Amino acid sequence: MSAVLPALGQVALLALLLALTVPLLARHLARTYTSEDHLAVERVTYRVLRVDPDADQHWRTYALSALGFSLVGVLALYALGRLQQHLPLSLGFGALPADGAWNTAVSFVTNTNWQWYSGEAALGHLMQASGLTVQNFVSAGVGMAVAAAFARGLARTERGGRVGNFFTDLVRSVVRVLLPIALVAACVLVLLGVVQNLAGDRVMDTLTGGTQVLTGGPVASQEAIKELGTNGGGFYNVNSAHPFENPTPLSNLLEMYLILLVPFAMAGAFGRIVGDKRQGYAVGAVMAVLLSAATALVTWAEMAGPGTAPQLAGGAMEGKEVRFGEAASALFGAVTTGTSTGAVNAMHDSFTAPGGGVVLFSMMLGEIAPGGVGSGLYGMLVLAIVTVFLAGLMVGRTPEYLGKKIGQREMGLVAAYVLATPVLLLVGVAVAVSFDAGPAGVLNSGPHGFTEMLYAVTSAANNNGSAFGGLTSGTPFWNSLLGLEMLFGRFLPMILVLALAGRFAAAPRVPAGAGTLPTHRPLFVVLLTGVALVVVGLTYVPVLLLGPVVESLS
Amino acid sequence: MTETRTPERPSGVLTPSQLAEALPGALRKLDPRALLATPVMLVVEVGAVATTVLSVLDPSVLGWSVTVWLWLTVVFGTLAESVAEGRGKAQAASLRALQTETSARRRTPSGAVEDVPSTSLHVGDVVLVAAGERIPGDGEVVEGVASVDESAVTGESAPVIRESGGDRSAVTGGTTVLSDEIVVRITSEPGQSFVDRMIALVEGSERQRTPNEVALNVLLSALTVVFVVVCVTLWPIAAYSDARQPVLVLLALLVCLIPTTIGALLSAIGIAGMDRLVRRNVLAMSGRAVEAAGDIDVLLLDKTGTITLGNRHATELLPLDGVAYDELAAAALLSSLADETPEGRSVVTLVGDEAPAVPPGATLVEFSATTRMSGIDLLDDGDGGGREVRKGAASAVTAWVGRGEPGLDVLVERVSTTGGTPLVVAESVGGTGRLLGVIHLKDVVKPGIRERFAEMRAIGIRTVMITGDNAVTARAIAEEAGVDDVLAEATPEDKLALIRQEQEGGRLVAMCGDGTNDAPALAQADVGVAMNTGTVAAKEAGNMVDLDSDPTKLLDVVEIGKQLLITRGALTTFSVANDVAKYFAILPAMFVVAFPQLDVLNVMRLSSPSSAILSAVVFNALVIVALIPLALRGVAYRPASAASLLQRNLLLYGVGGLVAPFVGIKLLDLVISLVPGL
Repeated sequence: MSAVLPALGQVALLALLLALTVPLLARHLARTYTSEDHLAVERVTYRVLRVDPDADQHWRTYALSALGFSLVGVLALYALGRLQQHLPLSLGFGALPADGAWNTAVSFVTNTNWQWYSGEAALGHLMQASGLTVQNFVSAGVGMAVAAAFARGLARTERGGRVGNFFTDLVRSVVRVLLPIALVAACVLVLLGVVQNLAGDRVMDTLTGGTQVLTGGPVASQEAIKELGTNGGGFYNVNSAHPFENPTPLSNLLEMYLILLVPFAMAGAFGRIVGDKRQGYAVGAVMAVLLSAATALVTWAEMAGPGTAPQLAGGAMEGKEVRFGEAASALFGAVTTGTSTGAVNAMHDSFTAPGGGVVLFSMMLGEIAPGGVGSGLYGMLVLAIVTVFLAGLMVGRTPEYLGKKIGQREMGLVAAYVLATPVLLLVGVAVAVSFDAGPAGVLNSGPHGFTEMLYAVTSAANNNGSAFGGLTSGTPFWNSLLGLEMLFGRFLPMILVLALAGRFAAAPRVPAGAGTLPTHRPLFVVLLTGVALVVVGLTYVPVLLLGPVVESLS
Repeated sequence: MTETRTPERPSGVLTPSQLAEALPGALRKLDPRALLATPVMLVVEVGAVATTVLSVLDPSVLGWSVTVWLWLTVVFGTLAESVAEGRGKAQAASLRALQTETSARRRTPSGAVEDVPSTSLHVGDVVLVAAGERIPGDGEVVEGVASVDESAVTGESAPVIRESGGDRSAVTGGTTVLSDEIVVRITSEPGQSFVDRMIALVEGSERQRTPNEVALNVLLSALTVVFVVVCVTLWPIAAYSDARQPVLVLLALLVCLIPTTIGALLSAIGIAGMDRLVRRNVLAMSGRAVEAAGDIDVLLLDKTGTITLGNRHATELLPLDGVAYDELAAAALLSSLADETPEGRSVVTLVGDEAPAVPPGATLVEFSATTRMSGIDLLDDGDGGGREVRKGAASAVTAWVGRGEPGLDVLVERVSTTGGTPLVVAESVGGTGRLLGVIHLKDVVKPGIRERFAEMRAIGIRTVMITGDNAVTARAIAEEAGVDDVLAEATPEDKLALIRQEQEGGRLVAMCGDGTNDAPALAQADVGVAMNTGTVAAKEAGNMVDLDSDPTKLLDVVEIGKQLLITRGALTTFSVANDVAKYFAILPAMFVVAFPQLDVLNVMRLSSPSSAILSAVVFNALVIVALIPLALRGVAYRPASAASLLQRNLLLYGVGGLVAPFVGIKLLDLVISLVPGL
């Protein structure tokens, strides 16, 4: 049992770090999204973008701004990928294929960071730094902006559907939150041994007399925002398992901390923006409960789970880095799938069947524990509305959340949101298994092979981006399918959430009283957790059964 | 339950005859066009048609069993609605009897009277109705006064007085004049009378779905679509996993997963909610109002009749210094002999048990608005000069005596501040006036009303007392009754302003009223309950009418609204929670052949895959029938804070919904496994 103490120790340390800093960042975030003042650098940006930062946008304008901005991002990334060979710092890599460039462009703009390629073997520094790293910032910023708009919608009354200014929210997210923290984090990562240079390949002679190619690059700068913005796209193919990205257990801890920092702080900021901090604590508590449960299950599965080899070896070390071990890999797996990060420090394909099943289920819940930056918050809030609707009637009032009545139109938007991801996911899986091109890329047969495909589609539809492995996804079929999954999986929910924000902003507020369903008490936390598991989770029981469950029981 | 509530017959009991009566209606509702309104049940019906076709093509015991039970699931759903509607039918039939065509005596503009059929009367027509005749249509008394038997509409056998002018001028078509003759101006077109609307309401034929019901339907439809996608995509996915599933089994899974329980019972719950109101003699003009009743934040209640009994009672005698208690008591008794008002009688009750005979030769002085006193003049009994005794308002009596007294002011003030009305007693012997003391007349707060208000406070409803009394008196009564706020010296304009002010703060307001001057406030309130004794204007303005004209009913209305919403929420939660157990029953059964290791998930140890699937389908159908009584009766409701209500209902219907199907499906399996050929 000696392995248990360090396992608990790292969890405790991580929790402590978060407990100390999340409230501070939450306050800063709330101020960021409610302040009237602009920084000098922001003013310059607005002038360059030719936008009026004080214009209060209707939700439709807000949504169109977000979509338009993202479209420009997709086009720019696509162009960078297709024209790579003509651009500087390409390291001699050629153009990406059309389907690959499309997939990558969508992947990074949607904050998914699904990578069908090996970063070090396909992309030059220009594409990595000015394309992908920039999107790592702004795609995260878009998510945070939408969440801020939603919180604002709930906080406002009778404002005719106006939810704030997209460009202001985006620029502030990047300038006031992501850039400063990423800068500090990158420096610390460099101190901990992460690589940061603009060098090309270096050929080394190894001890055994062979040669090895080592690729350097601006790794630490990308690593910091990769985690902070819950992006997950690694500089290297093996992501955070690579010693240049994640050299020590300490850097591993720091990366997990960075992943969880903003999503939890967004929950706190939400409470402050709507003027009732307890609401933020409640939402944060549900996130923490779900994340803790996933962590416990994955850790159990990897340290003491079923399987002949792991039982004999005393743990499932296959596909894990020895410098981390099972516990740190399990925790990283739970953290990265509970958020929409998609970074990995071990191969999820090699997790035990139940361990793999749990990380898969974590993503299926819709990335809400605590989810992607921004998207985790609004995903959880939509579920809170479902909860209020189901349970709220049981207190004898028509449902309301934070004093906003949930009527037919609101419920229509919520229902569409709840429908969107499961439909995308399940239809995607059905399409994948129905065409020869789908299973063609699968390494394994039987339930494990099915899980590999299921994981890929789940990861794309939920904008996670982590790869299970075992699936050769760089084919036109998979690139196209997953590109569509990512695109719709990101923007459909976003539009619905903004529409909802607009309706809430236009609605009057019903004052709370003794007859109002309290949404900050432990009972509501239990209820919301239950709704997430039953309403969302049950949708995926059949596919989980045919994948990881069957595999676990064999 | 307090005694203020009208007793009702048990409404959640289902008798076989009720079911039999409802069956034809239920079968008519199987028309897919009728099911469009409930997409959940439409999906079940489509599934039933599909399994029928499949079973015809490829007959099997399982196939036909599933088919039969899917059809039963749809029928149970429509049956629930049909039973709910049937309960109003009897009442509708008795109301229809009122509508038999009669002839009416219409007065033409020239003053002549002509006989016309009652169905040809239009708004503005003026008719004469004499004793023994039936009033031909809804209207307003414009001339005369009559006693009218309204028992057919209200169920109250005592006749009521209807007179022109004032707040008792409205008459209902179909009621009978018992004495005198009145002239009535018709206020409704044929077919749109109060009774017509009542019939439509109790039959549920005019039922429009309420906003929350529509919103819930949206959520249920979304859940249905999700599970349709789950089952449709499972077909290729299962095939890929070498566990190809028959379509029949996938359809069974689908029907078990979609929220059929609440889908089937949703409209029955709504109809039954209206019905519960009707049973308490309240007619809601729209379901929207019933739902709004559950959301009420502020109740405006008239003091008289709602919070206090209509009459004040003497509770205490306060003699002035130097006056013996017995002397005051004797004088108070004498002064009340001429006072036949309840207040006067209460003085007699307070002092002695029965009124003594009027002394011979005495003259009774009755109360008049100018003197504001009542009393008695006694004959000279030998010691020089007659004796006069008076009681009345302080200012009037002191003026009569000719002087005040500081001690009296103290007593008067003391009575006023406790919410009472002081009556001063004085006598004059031989022309010399003397003040004796004060009778404390007190508003009597209805028994049990304080507890009702405490309940209201617990569920977050603020009560505001409306009264014409002055602020000091009003506050004292408010204190005693336990209301949260008072609006003293209230005019109709004040009421309207108060409602607007509360609504601007986002609160929903309920009130009741009867007078024409209440109409604007009734219209403005989110729930306006008009008294049936009230004017036509008041009844038109409110969105509910209380046939008993009992203002306390407002509290019942709120509770029924809440109960309706709670029932809806409880059954939805129950329905969704059921899915967990159904998965455990069906999924292992579906895939255990391809993957034998899944047998460990068969936690209920169901005997065979076919039996497991059929047990789940049968449970799914039977649970609808089992819950029909609950849907009709409404879940038990006790006023409590939102947090404790949630906790209780969640345990009962959430946890119950998780556990019940495990038990139910297991028991069904024990029986179904005996079916040969399965």
